[in-house]
Amino acid sequence: MSKMSYRDAIRSALREALREDPRVFLMGEDVGGYGGAFKVSYGLIEEFGPERVRDTPLCENTFLGAGIGAALGGMRPIVEIMTVNFSLLALDQIVNNAATLRHMSGGQLSVPLVVRMTTGGGRQLAAQHSHSLEGWFAHIPGIKIVVPALAADARGFVLAALRDPDPVFIFEHATLYPVEGEVDEQAGPAEIGRALVRRAGDAVSLVTYGGTLGKALQAADELAVDGIQAEVIDLRSLRPLDTETILASVAKTHRAVIVDEGWRTCSFAAEVSARIMEGGFYSLDSPVARVCSAEVPMPYAKHMEEAALPQVPAIVAAVKEMLVAHG
Amino acid sequence: MTDIDRAHALALLRQMLLIRRFEEKAAELYTLGKIRGFLHLYIGEEAVAVGAMQALTPEDGIVATYREHGQALARGMPAGSLMAEMYGKANGCSRGHGGSMHFFDVSRRFYGGHAIVGGGLPVAVGLALADKLQGRARVTACFFGDGAVAEGGFHESLNLAALWKLPVLFLCENNLYAMGTALARHQAQPDIRRKADSYGMRSDAVDGMDVLAVEAATRRAAEHVRRGDGPFLLELRTYRFRAHSTADPELYRTKEEVTEWKRRDPIDLFTAWLQAAGALSAADLESLETSVAAEIDEAVRFAEAGPWEPVEDLTRDVYTGTP
Repeated sequence: MSKMSYRDAIRSALREALREDPRVFLMGEDVGGYGGAFKVSYGLIEEFGPERVRDTPLCENTFLGAGIGAALGGMRPIVEIMTVNFSLLALDQIVNNAATLRHMSGGQLSVPLVVRMTTGGGRQLAAQHSHSLEGWFAHIPGIKIVVPALAADARGFVLAALRDPDPVFIFEHATLYPVEGEVDEQAGPAEIGRALVRRAGDAVSLVTYGGTLGKALQAADELAVDGIQAEVIDLRSLRPLDTETILASVAKTHRAVIVDEGWRTCSFAAEVSARIMEGGFYSLDSPVARVCSAEVPMPYAKHMEEAALPQVPAIVAAVKEMLVAHG
Repeated sequence: MTDIDRAHALALLRQMLLIRRFEEKAAELYTLGKIRGFLHLYIGEEAVAVGAMQALTPEDGIVATYREHGQALARGMPAGSLMAEMYGKANGCSRGHGGSMHFFDVSRRFYGGHAIVGGGLPVAVGLALADKLQGRARVTACFFGDGAVAEGGFHESLNLAALWKLPVLFLCENNLYAMGTALARHQAQPDIRRKADSYGMRSDAVDGMDVLAVEAATRRAAEHVRRGDGPFLLELRTYRFRAHSTADPELYRTKEEVTEWKRRDPIDLFTAWLQAAGALSAADLESLETSVAAEIDEAVRFAEAGPWEPVEDLTRDVYTGTP
């Protein structure tokens, strides 16, 4: 075990994979000479060369599609899309090819493709660089969506994605890169499709993932001061979704607040809420609540951006309101 | 003409006839309701798939479009597996999951059947990248239409393939219409092969109604790619005799124009040429037609007899290993 930033943990997995499997290569915009827009791949081009740490032109749809083709051709490509905002330019290849080729070919093809991209707001980058669209992608059968919140998972999911025969998309919240956590570099892949209880409690279930896990844990600490023990569930994977862990928690706490940086309407939180309603309705003591982003293109000004994103006080308030109304 | 040349020429003619009769049968079965969905026929363009495929080895990869029946047959996919696919049967080449627009056969390195215009090009670039990274001297041939050259993915793919010197053979089947929009109405530069110049890529254009010319031009282009000299754009100038699809009333072109092009029917031209050379007797032609008809009949029998996929298998193969 050692302390390591989320960024370094991903790099540790990339380095391990590049060393151990000659089929693995990394490609994307500025992953090589520049060292990665977020310095995730810093130093890798020196160690592995420009063939395996491959800078691409700015053509998201084509280099994502080339990743699909290379995967069909026996390679294990890791495609880095600089941010989820730019992945919109690659949606055709993602939705129409990566997600469909196995089923549409009657099971003849496999697309062992790994796609990494940053997601999320909170850095004053305004309306075109602050999207949280992982919930959109989770709508699509045929691909898997993982959302590591901690450094250890950030490493473990890269290794897991590379062992997976199907396309796996890793969403890395941009505010997490410098955050340190305990990482065991001997640990192998993390399990895709398994949620984890990050903090045990009995009063309410806070269900979240990725960039908002830290906020949910902080809210739980504040609630504990008032004697309210919140249980915090880290989903870790949006597709497949570990409904069982969510329902087991709600069966214990009888209340759920879902925290999700996506816009509220058609958010991933809406899916989680529906699953609780379908599978845990009779264990609920109050309606499910959601803390999501405000329905607005992300504003630039700091105070306005903060107001748009889910924040700790809003999570605390949602829980208290629930307890007062349905105590 | 040597015996080898003659045998090869007759094989080309037979493949073109097989495609023509297969498509005619598919149109007939569509009106009978045996085939549903979209049906894009290849009639008129046979010389392109048949000629081009001669330049490819079994190890080479192929990426095609939603108008891919001709390529699939020319690649040697059994007509029955294609017919069954259009019936939606489990013995179809894609288990009935794809239909007319999505033929796949990994054993023949036939990677679809792509129905988003321009969507196959990036995949072809990636297949070629995998070959290059693994040191295999294979070609990936990517078919697409003139409509695709308006898509960003066309330009991105040509740039990437040229930048990385990847072994991609770009084959543009220019049938003059992007669905119903004439080339001159959607391209500022309608001379498609010249678009390769922007990427420093070699290119050529050939009469796509002349099967021997197509074969010769594709062999030259494939040789360039196989040598490791980078990608190549070959424009094949052809014409679609039938409507774009079964949903097309053909309001955008005149009957006279279609009639004029039909005078250059690739099968008629090649037949006449062979007859003039004394290489094809009336009996030869009749024997070819008979054997093609038997193959089509057998394909229809195979499709009719095929099983339906059990509904319990609905979500099978969404992910690997899912039941």
